[in-house]
Amino acid sequence: MKRKHKRLSFVGLALLLIAAAAALVLNAYEESIVFFHSPTDIIEKKVSSDRRLRLGGLVEEDSVQKKADAVVVFNVTDLSNSVSVRYRGILPDLFREGQGVVAEGIFKDGVFQADEVLAKHDETYMPPEVADALKKSGKWDAMGEEMKRQGHTPKDSK
Amino acid sequence: MIAEAGHFALVLALFVGIVQSTVPMVGAHRDNTIWMAMAKPAAMSQFALIIFSFGALTYSHVVSDFSVVNVYQNSHSLKPMLYKVSGVWGNHEGSLLLWVLILTGFGSAVAMFGGNLPPSLKARVLGVQAMVSVGFYLFMLLTSNPFERMFPAALDGQDMNPLLQDPGLAFHPPFLYLGYVGFSMAFSFAIAALIEGRVDAAWARWVRPWTLAAWSFLTIGIALGSWWAYYELGWGGWWFWDPVENASFMPWLAGTALLHSAIVVEKRDTMKSWTIFLAILAFSMSLLGTFLVRSGVLTSVHAFATDPERGVFILLLLMIVIGGSLALFALRAPALKSTGMFKPISREGGLLLNNLVMSTGCAVVLLGTLYPLFLDAVGGGKVSIGPPFFNAVFIPLMLPMLFAMGYGPMLSWKRGDLAGASKRLIVAFIATGIAAAATVAIADGGPFFGIIGMAIAVWMGVSVLVEMAERIRLFKAPGKAFARLMHQPRATWGMTLAHLGMAMAIAGMAGAGGWKAESIQVMKPGETVTVSGYDFTFEGAKSGRGPNYTIIQGDFQVTRDGEPVAMLHAEKRNYPVRQMPTTEAAIHTLMTGDLYAVIGDSEGNEGGFVTRIYFNPLVVWMWIGSLFMVVGGTISVSDRRYRIGAPTARQSKSGKSAEAASA
Repeated sequence: MKRKHKRLSFVGLALLLIAAAAALVLNAYEESIVFFHSPTDIIEKKVSSDRRLRLGGLVEEDSVQKKADAVVVFNVTDLSNSVSVRYRGILPDLFREGQGVVAEGIFKDGVFQADEVLAKHDETYMPPEVADALKKSGKWDAMGEEMKRQGHTPKDSK
Repeated sequence: MIAEAGHFALVLALFVGIVQSTVPMVGAHRDNTIWMAMAKPAAMSQFALIIFSFGALTYSHVVSDFSVVNVYQNSHSLKPMLYKVSGVWGNHEGSLLLWVLILTGFGSAVAMFGGNLPPSLKARVLGVQAMVSVGFYLFMLLTSNPFERMFPAALDGQDMNPLLQDPGLAFHPPFLYLGYVGFSMAFSFAIAALIEGRVDAAWARWVRPWTLAAWSFLTIGIALGSWWAYYELGWGGWWFWDPVENASFMPWLAGTALLHSAIVVEKRDTMKSWTIFLAILAFSMSLLGTFLVRSGVLTSVHAFATDPERGVFILLLLMIVIGGSLALFALRAPALKSTGMFKPISREGGLLLNNLVMSTGCAVVLLGTLYPLFLDAVGGGKVSIGPPFFNAVFIPLMLPMLFAMGYGPMLSWKRGDLAGASKRLIVAFIATGIAAAATVAIADGGPFFGIIGMAIAVWMGVSVLVEMAERIRLFKAPGKAFARLMHQPRATWGMTLAHLGMAMAIAGMAGAGGWKAESIQVMKPGETVTVSGYDFTFEGAKSGRGPNYTIIQGDFQVTRDGEPVAMLHAEKRNYPVRQMPTTEAAIHTLMTGDLYAVIGDSEGNEGGFVTRIYFNPLVVWMWIGSLFMVVGGTISVSDRRYRIGAPTARQSKSGKSAEAASA
């Protein structure tokens, strides 16, 4: 086998693999990429109930209710609109009223059915999506005030 | 005072680094031995300075000097000593200091033990090393100084994030960094070789042990991190395809490819520019990994407090290192001449397939990790790419390679015999068929990829054993088989163990991924829940105290068919300083799977609690498999050939083995 052939088979194999990877990526793209929505997005846009979404915002004060059979219902708000979220299971350790949260699931019959709720590992940290949602709804400054009132200081202000 | 001295040592190290990255390089170019010899003392003194600097920061943490911002933000006087020490690298600034400590440590190892390297290569390797460390020193001194003071000093610290106060995580970052930084050695050798315009077997014999060591450390680091997520986060999962996890997985994939292609360079004098490329790739991924985690650009379930302002510097550094080295590669790689030729069906071909699949896998993970950033930057909206994407793309991509892994070692160099190898692997084929059928029968069906995963694990395991059995002629001449087994080179042992480990890990992943069972409910004392045939009886909860936290502990009695199996004690802790609760899952490990219980909030007034109970089949095999891989890598590193730097002459080798046999 000549050097040229060796190189050709190398390139051929590489292209084949890349093609296979691309096919798999495109195939997975539609079903497995989850778009992020703020409560305002969910209320203003018509979201279909068969697509998984991520919803981010703050857990509304005094909205957390425990129901029977380990079900929790709470509101997620961007301080303009709020959406009711239903979740069955154990909430993450850092889930708290007034704190940032991201829920993943589907929006159906006016309620966000979450099967996953994420709160961050650090209590002074705001998920960037949540920060963005608040900025979009024009409530970021109000949020900053609120955070300060609760005694949080952003880490980088020394 | 100690902190200032540490800071000063860091500044000194920067200047030594600048000297080391220029003088020996120029010396190597002009063939000036005195200038080249400069590299050795410079590398040693850099290491000494950073040891001092790291010691200063450790001291400040140990004595709880709360006038140092870093200590104030990450420590607390009541914190146990283990976490005071691990707190040194449990934060951004300190972790960078650990990075350069390892970097300069490795650099001084090359300076010390690199006596058999050509002087110009050694000078250039150390020069490139110093360039990397200068980048890091600048980053630390300009944006993340660990020795910054505050006035007035605080009375007590803000404590470390309780999730990080854990033995598994105390040692996770050092191992991860040992791995990342280990690839910097392969990188420095690659860049030096590009400048020299020469890659040969001696070069590969230097690069291989570094790559192997880095790979082994990284494997430990990833396994520890995964183990920590498994028992500490209380979600019953061990891998979330989270950006931070991907960040450590990408260098592992690139490093695994590099490990295998370096063999071809050493043995067959071919695939040189490809190996150089992989070395650059592995280190670039390590840098990306270090910075992705720390820069705040990623949304991750694991993201700890981060600072986006450092992002610009990081981006600049990445562009210089990756862009610069790739440009050099494009310029110089065509000059590297390979002599070895091979057919597609050969051991080289098998290793090449491994390389290509690993690199493609790495590219897919990179795409999935960075795509949300990219889409957001062009205004396409915020998305998240999680497990469904990676499982759908990564797993099918890897399966053919895992299958080919059975064949690879059976093929000879240059020109392999596929039909012959298949005949020799007939036992493995039969075992695989039986395994698939048995899996379906025992588990009563199950997910497609779970069954495939179990089958491929058995295929890999059996074919590795067949290969070793042939090597020692177990069935042809069984009398001396044991003696032959003992005389196998350590590199062969390493390969066999690592491949077996991979097979075990795949079995664990397939088992836990395919047949995990879970149940969420409210349980009152005395109530029983059955998961995968195990009966979990809740025996109520009680409260207690730890050193810097309070506890609620829920007890579960687990039985199977009336026979007691285990007592589980799941905890919920509350750390008052940070006002932060953590969940401590109770795990009882069996060879067939883990019993896993988590306790949540109390519910109602009859002592009921929300509980989450899992049965995770075969999880322990993942940890055992990782251990095998690490042991395999370590044994391989200790192979005699790497220590003496030249191929062993035939006679001296047999003489050595005769000696060993008589001893």
